[in-house]
Amino acid sequence: MKRGILGSLGIDARLAALLGTLAVIWLVLHVLTDGIFLTPRNLWNLASQTAVVGIMACGMVLVIVTRRIDLSVGSIAGCAGMVIAVLQVEVFAPGTWWNPWVTLAIGLAVGAAIGAAQGALNAYLAIPAFVVTLAGLLIFRGIAWLITSGRTVAPMDPTFQLLGGGFQGSIGDTASWVVGALGVAALTFLRLSARARRQRFGFTPRPLWTEAVTILLMAALILGFVAVMNSYTRPRTDIVQGISIPVLVLIGVACALEWLARTRRFGRYVYAIGGNPEAARLAGVPSARIIVAVFALMGFLAALAGAVATARLNAGANSTGELAELSVIAAAVIGGTSLAGGSGTVAGAVLGALIMQSLDNGMVLLGLPSALRNVIIGVVLIVAVWADALWRRRAGGTRGAEA
Amino acid sequence: MTMLVEMRDIHKQFGGVAALDGAELWLEAGEVLGLLGHNGAGKSTLVKVLCGAYPADRGEILLDGQRVEIRNPRDARKLGIETIHQTLALADNLDAVANIFLGREIVKWGGALDQAAMDHAGQKVLARLNPNFTNHHVPVGSLSGGQRQVVAIARAIQFQARVLVMDEPTAALGPAETAMVGDLVRRLQTEGMGLIIVSHDLHDVFSLCGRLTVMRTGRPVGHVRTQDVTQDDVLGMIIAGRMPVAA
Repeated sequence: MKRGILGSLGIDARLAALLGTLAVIWLVLHVLTDGIFLTPRNLWNLASQTAVVGIMACGMVLVIVTRRIDLSVGSIAGCAGMVIAVLQVEVFAPGTWWNPWVTLAIGLAVGAAIGAAQGALNAYLAIPAFVVTLAGLLIFRGIAWLITSGRTVAPMDPTFQLLGGGFQGSIGDTASWVVGALGVAALTFLRLSARARRQRFGFTPRPLWTEAVTILLMAALILGFVAVMNSYTRPRTDIVQGISIPVLVLIGVACALEWLARTRRFGRYVYAIGGNPEAARLAGVPSARIIVAVFALMGFLAALAGAVATARLNAGANSTGELAELSVIAAAVIGGTSLAGGSGTVAGAVLGALIMQSLDNGMVLLGLPSALRNVIIGVVLIVAVWADALWRRRAGGTRGAEA
Repeated sequence: MTMLVEMRDIHKQFGGVAALDGAELWLEAGEVLGLLGHNGAGKSTLVKVLCGAYPADRGEILLDGQRVEIRNPRDARKLGIETIHQTLALADNLDAVANIFLGREIVKWGGALDQAAMDHAGQKVLARLNPNFTNHHVPVGSLSGGQRQVVAIARAIQFQARVLVMDEPTAALGPAETAMVGDLVRRLQTEGMGLIIVSHDLHDVFSLCGRLTVMRTGRPVGHVRTQDVTQDDVLGMIIAGRMPVAA
């Protein structure tokens, strides 16, 4: 098999294609907006705006990989956000140090429990996930409204507000560099230890220079990102913002899910169930338990995204997360997740979310009305899936010819 | 001598239909048993009971003379019963090694998948079956039929199976690959494994199996030694459910 430059560097060609697409979109928007798009200020905002959808898209990949769908994520986000807001502002004593933490934990637990319940209805009672979560979309949006009869609850605890980002909710320049350095160190360690382990088993490793180039490229991306975040200063001051907390949460979620998907049995089983459910069953994979866990994880992440949105808005509102399921599914699909199941990556979904948010952000800068923005995002979704189908057919064709 | 496997009076209903109605078979170590019958005779259902895909409604399964419970595929695998299904039951989106170890992954301390160890062991067993097998890192969905069969066989023999069930092992294969399967069956037999081959192909069955069990409408027609019967006798058993006079 011819591997090409990307192959010999061990870089996923699809992810590289997504990165290339993103770069083109950014350059075009930069030109169209007369140089506003690629400024630290806008990129910093773009990163924060991507967080809510990105957090949920990471979980949605796993759901779709198992050949299922979760239409209820926006409603779970709204419901969990409202639960947190009501508990924080009206039930527990406001102003205590533990209030934001306890209410956040309860909100996340509610999300995970809702997800687990939906997963169980699908896995044990064989109700299609589409139906279960369509019902969930109605039920949990309704419950969010019923909790306060539609009232908006505000203001949130100041510590909790940090979760939403904003001017206070960033970690500053030193901590951002530390995060970047930790990322580079972890990346280097993981790649080199995997390499050492393969050598111990007698595999001929890739040439060391390709490993070095790969690590350098990825390190440059990480440190470049930190540098951009650190070059944005709070308006009319020279206080460096650095990485905002919602972006940090997104990074943490994406790394955790990549780890789950690539290095744990759980991830292997998720992909096996999506690839061939019957084969997974005959191989002794505990499919029902895995499905419940996937939906519980999705519910947890939806609640986390709801908490971030609530903190960002500084209020528990009924509209939180409305229609988010559509952006989340679109992000996963643009990121190369196949609705047929069995394939998709967490990193791809994050890039998909970033691509969608970039288009939206750029069109806002251009002053396009929201109706037109929806039309364009819809067209992009179709083009993305079409390109993906072409890609798969071509890849399938060459493999077929080879075999 | 105690039998390696004995299935007695197995019953299985699907809806109102009795797929198995008192089915039985037995198998010694180092023996190759052919399981024959029409479509719908219940032979696939019977081996699916043995491999845990369908638990039996009623009946006994004995391994080394001990009664065992096989409620799911995991139970069967733990007892050393491996199955190569007619559909091969491969996850097409995973590579060969991931399929071989599916459900039985090697993990490092802390539970992380030990990919290097699995690649090492997996490539070794694949090479043993087919030295030309090199597509280790492509999804098995893009492999040829013969290569997919190699992956399914590799999965079955990687874990020191005592009983190997092959459901229509050569139905989708070309002549060279069929010969490979035949060689493998004989080699595993000399290693003391017990094999059950479900097949339509009388020629294959006569060249590989020492004994035959013929089924019809979920019941055994009879059990005969291959050397005692002709292909016509066996056809009579399959079609008319009639035991040959000589046997």
